[in-house]
Amino acid sequence: MKRKKRTTTISGETERKSYHADEKGNYGEFGGAYIPEMLYPNTEELRQNYLRIMADPSFQREFDHLLKDYVGRPTPLYFAERLSQKYGTKIYLKREDLCHTGAHKVNNTIGQILMAKKLGKNRIIAETGAGQHGVATATVCALMGIECVVYMGEIDIARQAPNVARMKMLGAKVRPALSGSRTLKDATNEAIRDWINNPVDTHYIIGSVVGPHPYPDMVARFQSVISEEIKWQLKEKEGRENPDYVVACVGGGSNAAGAYFHYLDVPEVGIIAVEAAGKGIDTGESAATSALGKVGIIHGSKTLLMQTQDGQITEPYSISAGLDYPGVGPMHAHLFKSGRGEFISITDDEAMTAGLEVSQLEGIIPAIETSHAFAIFDYKQFKEDDVVVINLSGRGDKDLQTYIDYFKL
Amino acid sequence: MNRINQKLQEDKKLLSIYFTAGYPALNDTVPIIRELEKNGVDMIEIGLPFSDPLADGPTIQASSTAALQNGMRTELLFEQLKDIRKTVSIPLIVMGYFNPMLQYGVEAFCRKCHEIGIDGIIMPDLPLDVYQEQYEAIFTKYGLINVFLITPQTSEERIRQIDGASAGFIYMVSSASVTGSKDGFGNAQTDYFERIARMGLKNPQIVGFGISNAETFQAATETAKGAIIGSAFIKHLTDYGIATIGDFVEKIKS
Repeated sequence: MKRKKRTTTISGETERKSYHADEKGNYGEFGGAYIPEMLYPNTEELRQNYLRIMADPSFQREFDHLLKDYVGRPTPLYFAERLSQKYGTKIYLKREDLCHTGAHKVNNTIGQILMAKKLGKNRIIAETGAGQHGVATATVCALMGIECVVYMGEIDIARQAPNVARMKMLGAKVRPALSGSRTLKDATNEAIRDWINNPVDTHYIIGSVVGPHPYPDMVARFQSVISEEIKWQLKEKEGRENPDYVVACVGGGSNAAGAYFHYLDVPEVGIIAVEAAGKGIDTGESAATSALGKVGIIHGSKTLLMQTQDGQITEPYSISAGLDYPGVGPMHAHLFKSGRGEFISITDDEAMTAGLEVSQLEGIIPAIETSHAFAIFDYKQFKEDDVVVINLSGRGDKDLQTYIDYFKL
Repeated sequence: MNRINQKLQEDKKLLSIYFTAGYPALNDTVPIIRELEKNGVDMIEIGLPFSDPLADGPTIQASSTAALQNGMRTELLFEQLKDIRKTVSIPLIVMGYFNPMLQYGVEAFCRKCHEIGIDGIIMPDLPLDVYQEQYEAIFTKYGLINVFLITPQTSEERIRQIDGASAGFIYMVSSASVTGSKDGFGNAQTDYFERIARMGLKNPQIVGFGISNAETFQAATETAKGAIIGSAFIKHLTDYGIATIGDFVEKIKS
């Protein structure tokens, strides 16, 4: 995996910082590893080895092979003609919804299961909210024949029954998180506790670009295949590697990190991050971290997060379970704070309407997470010859019941 | 001299107790501290509750959730403790997670602790390197001892580093676990306690996690200077309330 040069000199005097992680996992003022000592050996082992393992040709060969033959990569970069006509600009869709298991999540779990094998681990743990990352983790564990335990909030288990069944069918154990608010953040706490209790044989597959260093950087690198492909695919179609804008929804932010990765330090490519406003930013039922969050520490990372004045972490809300996280990956906090990324928040209603529109204009039912990204055209005017790439991070099958209830289909 | 250092010089094994401020009832903080001192406890860790205590097991997490629901807040804890030094003289340590401290303002937090007469801080998720780069000067300015943790997995090199950065005692986590999850010690723990004892560290060690009764207290203090009891004490408060704290302490010491 190649990495962009860390710093660039402009006109021989001003040094411009990269938007990638530095060697301590800092993205500007964000990132790092705020972990109790009990986790230090685990994360340190990973930190010392992840770049070396990822650069190992045998690792790359197996990763590329599985992405191609098992996941189905490269995913198409599809010119969305009717959508483009409607909004008077050139819209391309990066079809991560066509990945095995139905979303980009599997890019990361393939990478991490291979990493776990190289590190000699024989047990996998993961957290999941809606169940997508849990399914992607259970899938690769089945593929490799490795024991898999997925932590899931008790409340999420009740409302995401089909994904719980999928994980069980794939041979994973699903353990309910009974503490706190019994949702994603608590499932993450439980997974971290499991890792504290099992520091030697277990690898923790985090599902997004969150958590202590090196997770945000490692997960971003595994997802970076998305922008790597966009570059050559766009070159074929438009004669240039760089779009004018790359758009993605952000919960923790892993699909966005992958879609931005190779464009982070290319200033002419505009970065647009779409967050879930829930019922509206001022309603108290929202997950728009850039608007509502303050600098703090969640799950071992310094980032923007939703919290009380006292620093107690609060429960976010979105109709989309995948965007329902009180923090955001440190890369995205930095993109927001530095102004490199433009952040737009979209309500439940706007997202659902956009999801229906894409279904009927393009014949693609997007995941509700992704539907948020399709709702930006009400807020953002593009030029006719702008090339706008939207990362279609997942398909909507898992959300059918929510769509049915919402539209009374 | 800091009360912690004074206490560590005493020729005895130290019993330290952790409790969560605001639990079982919001205003139990001061009565619990007084009762513990009265019954001969050597040192107290006052837990500032956090919504997401990821190094703690179910007992302490449940007490934290309850304390927050009772209305415990950082400012309120400081308010409850403001006159504590008029009646209590044993070392007091504030233990919590770093985010609430960060939101209060690290310097403001330390200043407040100093005014109250707090002697030390334990923030498990404030890492050594960040502490040394950004906050050590502030802790020192306000006379606060920062206590670091080590575990059976901590490398010898890092233990030496932590020993060098410590000015009180080292919090020795007994096993690879969150709080409150083990019953009794096996050979692995005994080997680990002896290995640490042989290292000849400049800071004494106090063992925490998995100490729940006289037997485990005895075993932990075979080589270490003292031991900390948290979850077992919280369980006692849940089951019997604060009136019987004396019975709990007596059983440990017997």
